[in-house]
Amino acid sequence: MRHDETLAAEMQRRGVSRRAFLKYASYVASLMALPPSAAEALAEGLAAARRQSVIWLSFQECTGCTESITRSHSPTLENLMFDFISLDYHHTLMAVSGQAAEQARLEAMAANKGKYIVVVDGSVPTKDGGVYSTIAGISNLKMLEETLRDAFAVVAVGSCACFGGIPAAKPNPTGAVAISELAGGKPLINISGCPPIPEAMTGVLSYVLSFGKLPELDHLGRPKAFFGETIHDRCYRRPYYERGLFADGFDDHGARQGYCLYKLGCKGPVTYNACATLKWNGGVSFPIQSGHGCLGCSEPDFWDQGGFYRPLPTPLGAMGPALAGAAVAGAALGVGAALAARSHQKTYLAASEKEKD
Amino acid sequence: MDLLAFARGPALTFATAIFVAGTLWRLVGVLALPPWRDLSPAREGAPPNWLGAIETVFRKMIPHKTFLKAGMFTTVNGYVFHIGLALCVFAFAPHILFLKSLFGFSWPGLPNGFIFGVGALTAASLVAALAYRLTSPVLKLISRADDYVSWLLTFLPVVTGLAAASHIGARYEMLLALHVLSICAFLIWFPFGKLMHAFLFVFSRGATGARFRHRGAQL
Ligand code: SF4
Repeated sequence: MRHDETLAAEMQRRGVSRRAFLKYASYVASLMALPPSAAEALAEGLAAARRQSVIWLSFQECTGCTESITRSHSPTLENLMFDFISLDYHHTLMAVSGQAAEQARLEAMAANKGKYIVVVDGSVPTKDGGVYSTIAGISNLKMLEETLRDAFAVVAVGSCACFGGIPAAKPNPTGAVAISELAGGKPLINISGCPPIPEAMTGVLSYVLSFGKLPELDHLGRPKAFFGETIHDRCYRRPYYERGLFADGFDDHGARQGYCLYKLGCKGPVTYNACATLKWNGGVSFPIQSGHGCLGCSEPDFWDQGGFYRPLPTPLGAMGPALAGAAVAGAALGVGAALAARSHQKTYLAASEKEKD
Repeated sequence: MDLLAFARGPALTFATAIFVAGTLWRLVGVLALPPWRDLSPAREGAPPNWLGAIETVFRKMIPHKTFLKAGMFTTVNGYVFHIGLALCVFAFAPHILFLKSLFGFSWPGLPNGFIFGVGALTAASLVAALAYRLTSPVLKLISRADDYVSWLLTFLPVVTGLAAASHIGARYEMLLALHVLSICAFLIWFPFGKLMHAFLFVFSRGATGARFRHRGAQL
């Protein structure tokens, strides 16, 4: 398909029926929690759109986000790539490598100036001039700056790109930062998660493509359609939480009964994501359904929240030494106050005795 | 660091340390005072001092019959919010988890819905207590800033807790952070204001009981 051909023309040429196209648009609309009427607008938008150039940059990451998006079941990545987007650079998925790959990036940037979308997974090391991660001898810092210059928008996928993630966990040896800190005012969408839900990534890309604008975002720059509610809000174990029925261990009676995992450190109540509704692997399951509490992976600094198995209401960090010190200091103060009172009493009694004499 | 991490981390540690230090300071300061020695012989039929003290601690839980009618509202309302507070603090599963992290042991909790109802009743009862304080001429006259601050710092954890449990007013993590911070304020104020009565009432009543019963007074 040529970049200047509309998607409608391309679909027609490939024998995709209007009905199938509308079905797809309705699915994306429902995924994005858009009103039913928006499905048609979405379909119109998609039909009139040109194939979108996407440059995918992978920085300090584990490839989990790419693994995840390749498992998107609807729209599949193949759907997206063959039908709607032109993935012009993705060094894990592209066939070419080395200088040829870098050349492809530069060519895509030049050909789609001001129109291409940059997707980034992974955080960017900034310490020591960014030497801790380079691609083809170019630091991530420099590559991001160069690629963002003429981009239409940037999509940070995964918690590393959105918030720094694991590379930025204490003590953050490479000075890793989130893309938002380096985006320089470019329109930015954060799709957090470790990894993010594949449908959240493909759904958002479809939305941007159809409407040519960013979806409604929350205060952390995440699309509200996927990050508008907590896991706890939509968790099927919630009735047990309300009734005070909890699993105390991973293999106790409560766990076998499917009770709430709050006591085992579930971070569902403070984690905004769509795992409980969209689920994973084509809607098969999600962590809580397989018996493990939510790690809170789509929230900032999830790695430094005191431990995955530490229940939410417990204090962060060890209070013991501070409380022991406070107890000793308090008791010493009390003894001091009592001694002062005793001496005051003695002086007073002596004085009144003297007065009597 | 976000607000919730700040509340659960440094703020809670600092507030709890102040609470422990302040409470011990006041308790040790009172208990290490010279023991009371009444050199007069006890009245005939007077119980030993320790028994007089214990009797009074319990007897004073219900007002003297002379004041029963006049003090009915304050007595009943006082019981409602004290028991309500105790249930909210000690029978709500997330609170039990917090206490377990401090003391190492736990106990079964009550269903959230029940605790929510108790919390709402407690909040209403606290509002009634304040209204009574503001409308009773005598009580108003003897009220000091300490009374109002202590009321406010007791009321805030209850309402922020209710808001967090019902997800009303803001995002859950913000409400939870505000709830924890309101508890921090409560803990910091506790040893220095009238909230300290939670520990001191036993000793003050006991001391009164021992002295009066020794002299033959019926309490
Ligand atoms: S398992 Fe987690 S998310 Fe589900 S109800 Fe319990 S605390 Fe909430």
